[in-house]
Amino acid sequence: MSILVKTDTKVLIQGITGGFGSRHAQLSLDYGTQVVAGVTPGKGGLLFADKVPVFDTVTEAVTETGATVSAIFVPPAFAADSILEGVDAGLDLVICITEGIPVEDMVRVKAAMKGSKTRLIGPNCPGIVVPGEGEGSHGGCRIGIAPGYINHKGHVGVVSRSGTLTYEAVWQLTKLGLGQSTTVGIGGDPVNGTSHLDVIKMFNDDPETEAIIMIGEIGGAAEEEAAAWIKQYCKKPIAGFIAGATAPPGRRMGHAGAIVSGGKGTAKAKIEAMQDAGIAIAETPSVLAETLVKHIEALKKAGKL
Amino acid sequence: MNIHEYQARDLFEKFGVAAPRGKMASTPEEAEIAARELGIEKLVVKAQIHAGGRGKGTFKNGYQGGVHAASTPAEVKEIAAKMLGQTLVTHQTGPAGRVVRKVYIAEAAGIEKELYLAILLDRAKSAPVIIASTEGGMDIEAVAAKTPERIFREPIHPLLGIQPYQARKLAHALGLKGQQFSQATKLIQAMYRLFVAEDCSLVEVNPLVVTKEGNVLALDAKFNFDDNALYRHAEVVALRDETEEDAREVEASKYGLNYIGLDGNIACLVNGAGLAMATMDNIKYFGGEPANFLDVGGSATKEAVAAAFKIILSDKQVEGILVNIFGGIMRCDIIAEGIIAAVQETKLPVPLVVRLEGSNVEIGKKLILESNLPVISADSLADGAQKIVAAVKEGKAA
Repeated sequence: MSILVKTDTKVLIQGITGGFGSRHAQLSLDYGTQVVAGVTPGKGGLLFADKVPVFDTVTEAVTETGATVSAIFVPPAFAADSILEGVDAGLDLVICITEGIPVEDMVRVKAAMKGSKTRLIGPNCPGIVVPGEGEGSHGGCRIGIAPGYINHKGHVGVVSRSGTLTYEAVWQLTKLGLGQSTTVGIGGDPVNGTSHLDVIKMFNDDPETEAIIMIGEIGGAAEEEAAAWIKQYCKKPIAGFIAGATAPPGRRMGHAGAIVSGGKGTAKAKIEAMQDAGIAIAETPSVLAETLVKHIEALKKAGKL
Repeated sequence: MNIHEYQARDLFEKFGVAAPRGKMASTPEEAEIAARELGIEKLVVKAQIHAGGRGKGTFKNGYQGGVHAASTPAEVKEIAAKMLGQTLVTHQTGPAGRVVRKVYIAEAAGIEKELYLAILLDRAKSAPVIIASTEGGMDIEAVAAKTPERIFREPIHPLLGIQPYQARKLAHALGLKGQQFSQATKLIQAMYRLFVAEDCSLVEVNPLVVTKEGNVLALDAKFNFDDNALYRHAEVVALRDETEEDAREVEASKYGLNYIGLDGNIACLVNGAGLAMATMDNIKYFGGEPANFLDVGGSATKEAVAAAFKIILSDKQVEGILVNIFGGIMRCDIIAEGIIAAVQETKLPVPLVVRLEGSNVEIGKKLILESNLPVISADSLADGAQKIVAAVKEGKAA
């Protein structure tokens, strides 16, 4: 089993007729993902790629197609509204790819989502990949903007705040012949729907996931929070990396959430917390997969695995 | 985005946050007129730059201090003349300092008590939090470390907004009574309304003062605005002072590039913020010093890559460049074309290491090889970082 979605999960795309949304909807279709609907207000009735029906509202799309998960590709000014529309339609999961949403909007969305059944991943994230069994992992569930071909079906769970660093880790794993159960990009914003800890708990409970790669970066304390839980409860080997050790304090490093402020959120503090939790830290992101392999071997030798 | 103190004062006035009266001036003559119009005997002249530590700063012309008391319009003019057009160096500006283009002439409040007040985002709770302290005028992190019991935190429900009782709790925690209690309660609520209405990420008042006359006033303020929300605040964008920003960063933003200048000698050009940070870390790990952070994004064009090279090379400290691209969706051949065009155009005065991985990587590598340009190829980020550090060292030895 994978976490969050399966290869046959029915997906709808909010913003499917925009440049960004249509490009990635097509790539997901090419990958073999069950993209069953699109939503663009005012364009209901169209067909995307000659087969995917486009609806005016998310509720209509859900009722007509049975989609349970949505990916949001709408511009930042409309993204909060799109997330709430997905929640209102009773989706299980909303994955918001959009970058640049005002923090104030996300703070309100998160407060409004309390008590709903919907989980949010992102915003400002690459999305999720559950590799399929075909060539280049074809036949999997790709929701978002990650490249499909780098994935390979297997037993390592990957969770990360950064897109390209995720691809680094996944590609290394694949080249070493280690596949992935699920790859989750939780996004680089300061206020997001799903944390490292949320995903780590799911990986810990997932029988198909045997080991984990956790990638973080400066800013906030989500990595420390996850490390504290891992130290006590996580049964699976983890390798990790934290980006931003050389970032100057007080500057936002590309991601809205990647900032060291008031001496908090440093790479050093995160790395120490992760090491204390038994996570093997990769000295450079080029050796993430290798670090995991060595960590597993060491644990086996010590009789701990 | 940051703003000047006089602009913060204007925002306070708009939202009803009590603050001392004042006026901005760009010339000594304007400063004199401003002082006369204010009609106050005790004044203070403050250099306007986007950096703290002004009071203890030094001008490059030898004049001490970016904040001075004055009592007559003539005196104000004299002080303004010593500040305007001069470069002020503080512990936050770095040795280069900042040119003072404006001064702020304000009422000098007689201070009875200094307090602290700030509103910011509590990331763990995903909600705004108001922080108050009885220890004003000091570095709040030092207060938090030494006397955490003197710091009070009041989280605000994002959908309800601030409730009057929460402002009363904070005013009480600050030890205020009677008229001051009422004034502080009003000020805190007004400040929260401002924080939300203008999409601030930080409003910090340090110090919040109780004057000798018994009034509660916001004496100095630091603002940060959420860059993601600027599209809906033309009035805030109008406050932007590009002369206070790194010219390279301003130029980069025109091309949708995310560039931050640093002090090192090895530049990097990367796609993705996390990978860009990791690339900087790797340069340092293998013995170099990163000259910048640069994320070209996921859909960089040939033109943007060329612009990125020019910006990088405008930094005279740069002795080598590392390009690190993981082309997930972004095709490596397009990046390669951008690099080749940029190298040909800029004549490339320093060594360049390129690491390409991902989509169409073989075509990309072939294009670079066939271009016969002096580009060193690398197989991984670690390999690339080692190669550029070595190339820069060799360059120095030669």
